[in-house]
Formats: sequence, C-alpha cells, structure tokens
Amino acid sequence: MSSIPEIKEELVFDRPKVLADVPSHYCPGCQHGVIHRMVAECLEEFGLVEKTIAVSSIGCSVFLYNYILVDTVEAPHGRAPAVATGVKRARTDAFVFAYQGDGDLASIGLAEIMHAANRGERISVVFVNNTVYGMTGGQMAPTTMIGQKTTTCPAGRCAEREGGPMRMAELIASLDGVAYSARVAVNSIKNMAQAKRALRRTFETQIKGEGFGFVEFLATCPTNWRVSPVAANERVAKEMIPGFPLGVYKDAAKED
Amino acid sequence: MSRIVIDEERCKGCLLCAQVCPKAIIAASSRFNAKGYKVAEVLEAEKEKCTGCAACAQMCPDVAIKVWRSVKSKAKEND
Repeated sequence: MSSIPEIKEELVFDRPKVLADVPSHYCPGCQHGVIHRMVAECLEEFGLVEKTIAVSSIGCSVFLYNYILVDTVEAPHGRAPAVATGVKRARTDAFVFAYQGDGDLASIGLAEIMHAANRGERISVVFVNNTVYGMTGGQMAPTTMIGQKTTTCPAGRCAEREGGPMRMAELIASLDGVAYSARVAVNSIKNMAQAKRALRRTFETQIKGEGFGFVEFLATCPTNWRVSPVAANERVAKEMIPGFPLGVYKDAAKED
Repeated sequence: MSRIVIDEERCKGCLLCAQVCPKAIIAASSRFNAKGYKVAEVLEAEKEKCTGCAACAQMCPDVAIKVWRSVKSKAKEND
C-alpha cells in the first residue's frame, strides 16, 4: 500500500475577518446574514476596511455595527442617505456606505434616498428588499406585492386601495446623479455570483468617484411571510423575481 | 476528501444548505443546540460525496459552515 497518495486539503471557505465572529440576532433563514457577508467580503477585497464609515438604518439591520467591524453611524429612521451625505462631505477620503431595508428606505426614507441619489452623492447604498416591515412584525411595506398578506393587509395587498409595489432600482436609475443601479437576488448560487459582481460595481463607483451607487437585494423574511426558510427561498424565484426583475438598470461607465 | 464543518452552535436549522447541496448529502439531524435549533448535519454514510464546492457555505445566512477542499499532491499528478 505504498501508493496511497498524500491527501492535502485547503480551507476554501471561511468567514471574512471584518465580519464579527458572533451569533447574529436574525431569524433562521433570514438572508441579511448572506448580504452582510458579501458586504464584508467586498470591503476586504477592495482594501477598504480601515477607511470605511458605515451608516446603519432602522429595522432588522439596525445592529449592523455589531456584525461588520467598521466605524458606524446609526441614522434616524430613513435618514441614512442624509447622514451618509454629511459623513462623505466631511470626510471625502472615507468610503461611506448605507445599509437599509425596504421599510426604512422606500417608505419613511423615500425623500432622503431620492435626493441623495439625484444630487449624485459619492456614497453607496445597499438596499435589502424583503417586501415587509420585518422588525415590527410584518406590516405592509411600499414593496409588498399585490395579493401578499401581511398583518396590515390581511386579505392581501390590493392595487386599487394601496397601489402597487415600488420598484426602487428602476426609480433610482432614472435620476441623473446615479452612476449605478441594479437589482440582484441571493436565492441561488448563480444569482449570488451576480449579486457579488453588482455589489463590487456599486462600491467601485464610489472608489472611482463616478457618482451614486445603488444595489437592491431581494431577500426573504420567513418569519413574517409565515413560511419555512426553504419555502421562503423558493418564493423569491417564483413570485419576487417576476415582480422585481433582476438586472443592471443603470451603469454610467458603460453608457459613455 | 473534501469536507465541511458546521458550527452547530451557530446553525439555526434553516436547511437552506440542504436545499442547495448538489449532492444532497446535508439533512436535519436529531440533535438540538443550546438555542433549541435542530441543527443540520452531513449524512455519515454520504460524507465522501462532498466535492468542496462551498455552495452550502455561501448559502448559509449565519456563515456557520467552513469548507475544506482536497488537493491532489503533485506526486500523484505526475503518476
């Protein structure tokens, strides 16, 4: 048996160092964790960890500062892009990103995100759309889909009464100051690879000073959708992606 | 042999790893962790099928999976 080959192994997947090695408060199957990991990986890949100032929002992602080990400012509800504007203008050398959910960004914070984008602030915004207010118990959000049941529309969202879901990636893409706007999902390995590319490009627009960068992640909320994590992940492909088409809606660098 | 290690105290038993595993070798165990979640495990009889593709680790919302991939030694390649 002298021909037994020597077997070596290499560690091919481990958590990024800037992602704190602590348990998260997120519910089982919540994809905030995946998106946190991608943000942490991108910060490390671009060598931005030491010069990053994050702006976290209100909602489930409020504790971002416990998980991504960079200096963080906690913004009032919806005001993350306004706070990020101030941070970036005061510290032009810093890399500044905001991390917001759909209840925060598309509802109470709609004015702030639209104006920050329109001004072309050199900041990056990571937007997580799970179609409900997660932290407060699953109320209807501006992004809730037609027919989707929540605690405040128990018969399902009705287009005539409440309007349709807001498609933020498209809205943001229509503004002049925006350098990059895309929508991605993390429901499959293929979509995750696209999501990572989009997130890298979003950060790159700020590094190169091209303008405002925006990336919308479609994510699950199994607890408030009242389904299992696996069923929630399947719903992303079946219902969310047809209603919120994935893609790059604006890339200023490619249009020139 | 490629292998994964699931941090059982971090696992919340969501089983997204089992859904995405191309070899379908991950399943719910009969054990509970300190938080009361029924943790995922690699089936003992099937663990040699692991290719180290890291799909489970990428999918894990709690970043609870580490992946080791086997590297063939150069002596073996030259045979």
